This record gives sequence, structure tokens and C-alpha cells, in this order.
Amino acid sequence: MDVDLSEDQEFFRETTRKFLETEIPVENVRQLADNPAGFDRDWWRRGCEMGWTSMLVPEEHGGGSLEGEGLLDLVIVAEEMGRLITPGPLLATNVVALAVTERGTEDQKKELLPGIVSGDVLATWALNESGGRWHPESLELEARPVEGGFSLRGTKEPVEAAGHVDQILVTARTENGLTQFLVPSDADGMTITPMESLDLVRRYGSIQFDDVFVPASSVLGEVGQAEDDVERQLQVAIALQLAETVGTVDRIFEVTLEWMFDRHSFGRPLASYQALKHRFADMKLYHEANQAAATAVARAVQHHDEEASLKASSAKSYVGDHATFVLQECVQMHGGLGVTWEYDLHLYLRRATTNQVQYGTPDDHRERIAQLIGMDEESQ
Amino acid sequence: MTESNQSMETPEEFQLRARAWLADNMPRRPEGQGHLRNFDRCRELQKLLHEGGFAGVCFPAEYGGLGLTLEHQQALDEETMSYDMPLALNIPTFGIIGATLVEFGTHEQKQRYLPPMIRGEEIWVQFLSEPSSGSDLASLTMRATRDGDSFLLNGSKIWSSGAQSADYGICVARSNWDVPKHDGITVFIVKIKQPGIVVEEIVDTFGGTEFCQEFFDDVRISMDDVVGEVDAGWTVVRGLLAHERNSMGNASPLTSGLELAPTDHVVSDIVDIARTTGMASDPKTRQLVGENYALRFVQSETTNRISSGMARGQFPPTAGALLRLMGARAAVRRSDVALAIAGSGAAAWHEGDPAGNAGSRFVGRQAAEIGGGTTEMQRNIISERMLQMPRELAADRGIPFNEVRHNAATTQKSKK
Ligand SMILES: Cc1cc2nc3c(=O)[nH]c(=O)nc-3n(C[C@H](O)[C@H](O)[C@H](O)COP(=O)(O)OP(=O)(O)OC[C@H]3O[C@@H](n4cnc5c(N)ncnc54)[C@H](O)[C@@H]3O)c2cc1C
Repeated sequence: MDVDLSEDQEFFRETTRKFLETEIPVENVRQLADNPAGFDRDWWRRGCEMGWTSMLVPEEHGGGSLEGEGLLDLVIVAEEMGRLITPGPLLATNVVALAVTERGTEDQKKELLPGIVSGDVLATWALNESGGRWHPESLELEARPVEGGFSLRGTKEPVEAAGHVDQILVTARTENGLTQFLVPSDADGMTITPMESLDLVRRYGSIQFDDVFVPASSVLGEVGQAEDDVERQLQVAIALQLAETVGTVDRIFEVTLEWMFDRHSFGRPLASYQALKHRFADMKLYHEANQAAATAVARAVQHHDEEASLKASSAKSYVGDHATFVLQECVQMHGGLGVTWEYDLHLYLRRATTNQVQYGTPDDHRERIAQLIGMDEESQ
Repeated sequence: MTESNQSMETPEEFQLRARAWLADNMPRRPEGQGHLRNFDRCRELQKLLHEGGFAGVCFPAEYGGLGLTLEHQQALDEETMSYDMPLALNIPTFGIIGATLVEFGTHEQKQRYLPPMIRGEEIWVQFLSEPSSGSDLASLTMRATRDGDSFLLNGSKIWSSGAQSADYGICVARSNWDVPKHDGITVFIVKIKQPGIVVEEIVDTFGGTEFCQEFFDDVRISMDDVVGEVDAGWTVVRGLLAHERNSMGNASPLTSGLELAPTDHVVSDIVDIARTTGMASDPKTRQLVGENYALRFVQSETTNRISSGMARGQFPPTAGALLRLMGARAAVRRSDVALAIAGSGAAAWHEGDPAGNAGSRFVGRQAAEIGGGTTEMQRNIISERMLQMPRELAADRGIPFNEVRHNAATTQKSKK
């Protein structure tokens, strides 16, 4: 959690936590494992009444935030959702809301934003391609100019919540460079195949585009000029993802700390063994460092900081490694219980691991840092 | 001094004024060079800063400081990055001892000692560790004997950084042996250059003389130079150690100037090593460079988080241990990364190669986890005081000090 929340933000965090704890405690998340979408649309609409999809949208289109810094409010929701491994396309829908808000035409905004805000329209971003490709330079899905628009060909996977949303923001390659399209999920020529997923309720699908026609009016931003937009979307996705990951660790750290005092061996609590105390001290440090990094990225992205990419990649690589490290330590401290299906810990590890490898692995982002700081330039 | 009517100056105004003054008056930091630990140079630089009205930003105005806020100090830090700064005065002089005197000193002590400190005229050292007491500092055996209106100090201090160049020391000694260890300690201000004190330099693994050992023989200290109460010095020591953790974690408001910009574009030494060894396009090297950059970013953001959280009371003062641990772990990792990238260049190099110091840095690596309280002690503090886990068994708790078991004779390193 940010140590610098306003009173309104603090209040918002408490109401969000209460809402999630009553509406969708972890028992319910387990039950949703059998639901094809992994979440319930009516429940999502009620969440949207609390502002889950309005934070990045301007007031004239039905949106609004607490302090005019919507991303800093939204990461509060993401973090609270992490604490309860809540389902729902928070990240996916909000990235699209942001993209339409920042780059959409008036018509596109009018058509999509009110529905996203109310929760009637769900959306996702089709960025990734098979083989772990997420980096804009590696994308191949082709958009060929045809009469009245473009024809899309190729495959996007994994796409979060594909098959359970109404609108898909597709990042494609034209002869002139990256271009993004807003495509309704029932467009002709698109086949969506559900994938297996590590997280019990966060679903992914593979979308095959067989010459899908999209009209020129569906282009978001400018043809061939989407590189900066994609970068911005990535930053927002990473900021939300980091907040959620921090939330997962926050909850498990609490639970495990309590366990250390309750569980006894050799007549003393686990918390009294220095070997474990010292590991816990490291875990505490990593958790604080993760929160510091996540907060810094949210602020940098909110404020269009010129080093936002570098900060996002730094945090993404550090938190990716250290969040799952802390969770695995928590498993170890639980002994056998920690590796059972019954106990909730693995559900958290599933979420944090999913986040660790989506939108680039820690290794990918370390490589990106090397590029961004100019390793490839000639020595000055 | 012209500050009195500038106390209302905003940090932004202060920063602009500093920018202009620095450009005209302060020498630049030599290109590609870190700060040298040259105390004579530091005295000159500090004097210069003081004359310009940019010294002791957060020290109280009545004791020679500017009485301004942390925001002013941070604004100044942004401006001084490219200048030659007296950084060696930050720890322990300003950040640890200055802070301790501000917190525990009498009005007369502050009047006597803080202004010359801020003018760069008097440099300080910490006399805490002894040959037989480090982590368990309260087990120290430097003897303080009452003699009329003064005390006589006898014993030895060790690992005192910079003692050979310092003017004064904060010295912790035992004044009462018949009570449990924490209850018989007194803190003194000691003038170093006097007949009863012998200072011997110790050569460290870098071949330098970072620290010294001192031998005290009937050193007379006036009652005016007792900090805090007689026998109740442990309160002062605890405060001092908290200031030490904060300073070492870059979270002290009394220090001035930074070693490297928090998100400096070049994590330069590592990148330089990669370039000169021809490894800039090697995937494994690039991973290490990326990791190192990320680590520096996260470390500086963690410092921001914890120090602003401590200032607001969201973290207890012991949270400084997190920063101390982070700083030490990061330093160790950086040293490992430098070694990995330097490869064989760490063992044999041409004079001037950036890779050249990677090997010796690695050899001296653990100093970062020892000096300023070991990382094990920080982990004890975090787990016991922050997370409230049970304290380690202390076999000396509640027992008069003269009945406590001490080190085996083989670990004693006292002279004489
Ligand atoms: C570069 C440098 C600069 C220094 N500068 C100063 C200075 O200016 N002034 C000064 O007074 N001192 C200074 N020191 C000394 C420093 O504070 C001590 O070295 C440090 O506190 C450790 O004490 P020690 O060396 O006696 O080791 P010990 O206390 O004997 O510790 C040995 C090992 O045992 C571990 N250990 C001890 N007790 C415990 C425990 N309860 N739980 C778990 N592990 C434990 C320690 O962590 C360490 O690994 C400096 C040291 C260095 C390296």
C-alpha cells in the first residue's frame, strides 16, 4: 500500500475491502473455478458502481476519480483484489478504457466508455502472441489494407478473458507500423478457443483471426503510429499488475505471520527460531521494497514521467522475482499444509506467478532495461 | 550569515538560490570519479558551503544550522550532485553524532559542539565497538571511574572509522559494574588529540586505513561532557543506533549530498565494466546490468517509502533496520554482479581498467554487512521489534554485569 494515501483514498480502500470480503470471499472464488468465465457479470456491474472502471475515464463520459489521479485510485482496487485473489477483468477492461480515453475519436468514446463505466461492456487487450511474445517489436498479427478498412490475419494468445468480453483491442502490424483496432468479439472470421490456465478464475483464450474485416472507423489512434500508445498501455497494465501482486503477498504475509506464532514445535512457537525469524525479516524487507516499487510505478505512469518505462521494467523484474520468492517462503513455513489443495496459499501463488510472467517475464524486463539505458550505444 | 530573514524561503526558491551559488563557488566533482575520503578536503568544502549559507540545512538555527525542512535538504541534494561535496562528513559526524547531540545534548553542549561541526572545523568519530564487544555492544568493558567532578576512562575501542582524522569522539563506557549491563553505561564526549589516547591505524582488506584502534589510559573527562544521564547512557546509545541505521539507509535529514543520483541513468561502473570487457551484447551480462539497475531503483524507492513512513509515524523508528538491510544486501549484490561481468579482468587487469576494482571490491564485500551493525542484528531488530517475534535467549538478562560470562580468552584482542 502507498504510505501517502489521502483520507478519501483510505476510505475508498476500506469500502472496497469490505465489499470484496462480503461479496466474494475466497470460498466463493473457489466455487467460481467451475464457472466458464470465472466471474459473474452481475457482480461485476455492482463493482463498477463503486468505480472499478470509471477511474481512467473522464467525467463527460461517465467516469471520474477521487483526486483526479485515476490510476492512483485504481491501484487501490487492484491491490485489494490481490488480497482476495478476486476474479474479473479489472486490468483488461481498464487498459482498453484508458486507450479509448486517450486515443479514441469522439464517436469511439461515446460508443464504448459509458458501457465500460456501467459494467455493461467488458473489454480486453489482445497484445500477446504465442511463444511469449509481448514486446511490440516482436508482434506479427497482420493488418492488410482492404476496401473500407483492414483485414486481420494471425493469432493472439494468451488473451485475458477472451470469450467473456464484448470488445477486443487488437494490436496489429501494418506495412506502416503498429496499428490498433477495436473489434467486437462477435466479428466474422474470429475463432476464440479457451486455454488452460494456472489461475483458477483468471481465464485466457486464443483468438484466431482468419481475414477478419475491420472498418477504418475501428482504428484506435493513427495507422502505423501505435507504438507509443502500446507503450503507455503496457505501463498501465504493469502498474495494475504490480498492485495486484503486492496485494496477494500482503494477505499471505499476514496469514503466515500469525501462523508463526500459533504453530509450535519442540515446545516453542515457530516465531521463536532465529533461522526462521531471519528469513521473515528478509521477507518483510522484500514486501516493503515491492510496495515501494509498485507505488513508484503507479505515480510515474499517472504523471507521464519520462522514465516511466524504465521504472515499470525495473519494478516488474524486481517484484516479479521477489513476490513469488516471499510466497514460496510462506509455503515452506507452513510445512505440509502449504502444499495442499485445501489450503488457500496456492491460489495466491497461482495469481502471483501468472502476473510474474504476463506482459513480460522478469528476464524480459531486465533485457528491456539494458536497451533503455543505452547498452547498445557506442561507448561515450 | 544572512539566513535569518530567509527562513520563510520555499524549497523551490532555496533550490534556485543554491543552483546559482553552487555554480559560482563550488568545485565540480571530477568527471567519472567518486568522492574521495579526504578529510582535509572535506573540511575546506564544508567551510565553503557554510560561508555560502548552505550548511546544516536541517540543524536547529540556534546552534548554527539553517533550521529548514527535509524538503529544503532534498532540494539542495538535487543541486549538489555534480559538485565535489564533503560526503565523508555525513557519517558519522552529521547524520549520527550531530543527530544524537541534537536529541540528547544539553543546551551548552549543543552551543559548544554543533556550530564548529557545521562549519567543518570539527570532525567526529564513534567509539562504540571494542575488541570484545560489537553486536552485543552493551557488554562493553571500557571503564569509566568517577574521580571527583570528573571521570577517568580506561580501555580500548576498535573499528572506529576515520579516528585518525577526527577531533572528537562519542565514547560509550561502563560506569557501574554491579548492575545488569544496560543499566551501568555512560556516554561521553572525548577530545581525541590528548596525551592519554593512542590511535593506531588498522589496515583493511583494500589495503586502506578505514578504521583504527584506540587505547585510553586515564583519560580525564569533565562532567560537562557527559551526554544524557550517568549510568543511563543506554538510552542515548539506542537513539544513536537508530540515527546510524537511518543515515546508513540514506534516510537522515542531517546529511547533505548524495553519492549517486537515485535513478542515475548510468549505473555507470557496471555498464563501464561490461563495455570495456566487450560484453555489452552478451545476454547474461545484459541480465545482470538490468538487475543492477532495477535494484538501485527499488532501493531508492524503498528509502523514500520507509523514511517518509517513519516521519509520519506509519513505521516505528526501528524500521531503519529495513533500510540498513536493504543497503547492505544491495551492496553485496552489486559487488557480485561487478565480479561476474568483469570475469577474468577482476584477477588481472591493465591500470585504469574499470574492471580492475571488481576483484578487490568482492574481497572486501562483507564490510557492507558488518559495519554499522551486522545484517544479522538488523534481522533481529526487524523480526523482534517490528514483527514482535520472541526475543532471542539472552543469558545475561537481569544479571549484574560483573557476574556475566564473557568471551573465551582466545577471542580477546586487547593490547597490554
Ligand atoms: C567498515 C566498518 C566500519 C566500522 N566503523 C565503526 C565505527 O566507526 N565505530 C565503531 O564503534 N564500530 C565500527 N565498526 C564496528 C562494527 O560496528 C562491528 O564490527 C559490528 O557491530 C560487529 O561487531 P563485531 O565485529 O564485534 O562482531 P561480532 O559481534 O562478534 O559478530 C560476529 C558474527 O556473529 C553474528 N552475531 C553476533 N551476535 C548475534 C546474534 N545475537 N544473532 C545472530 N548473529 C549474531 C554477527 O552478525 C557476526 O556475523 C565498523 C565495522 C566495519 C566493518
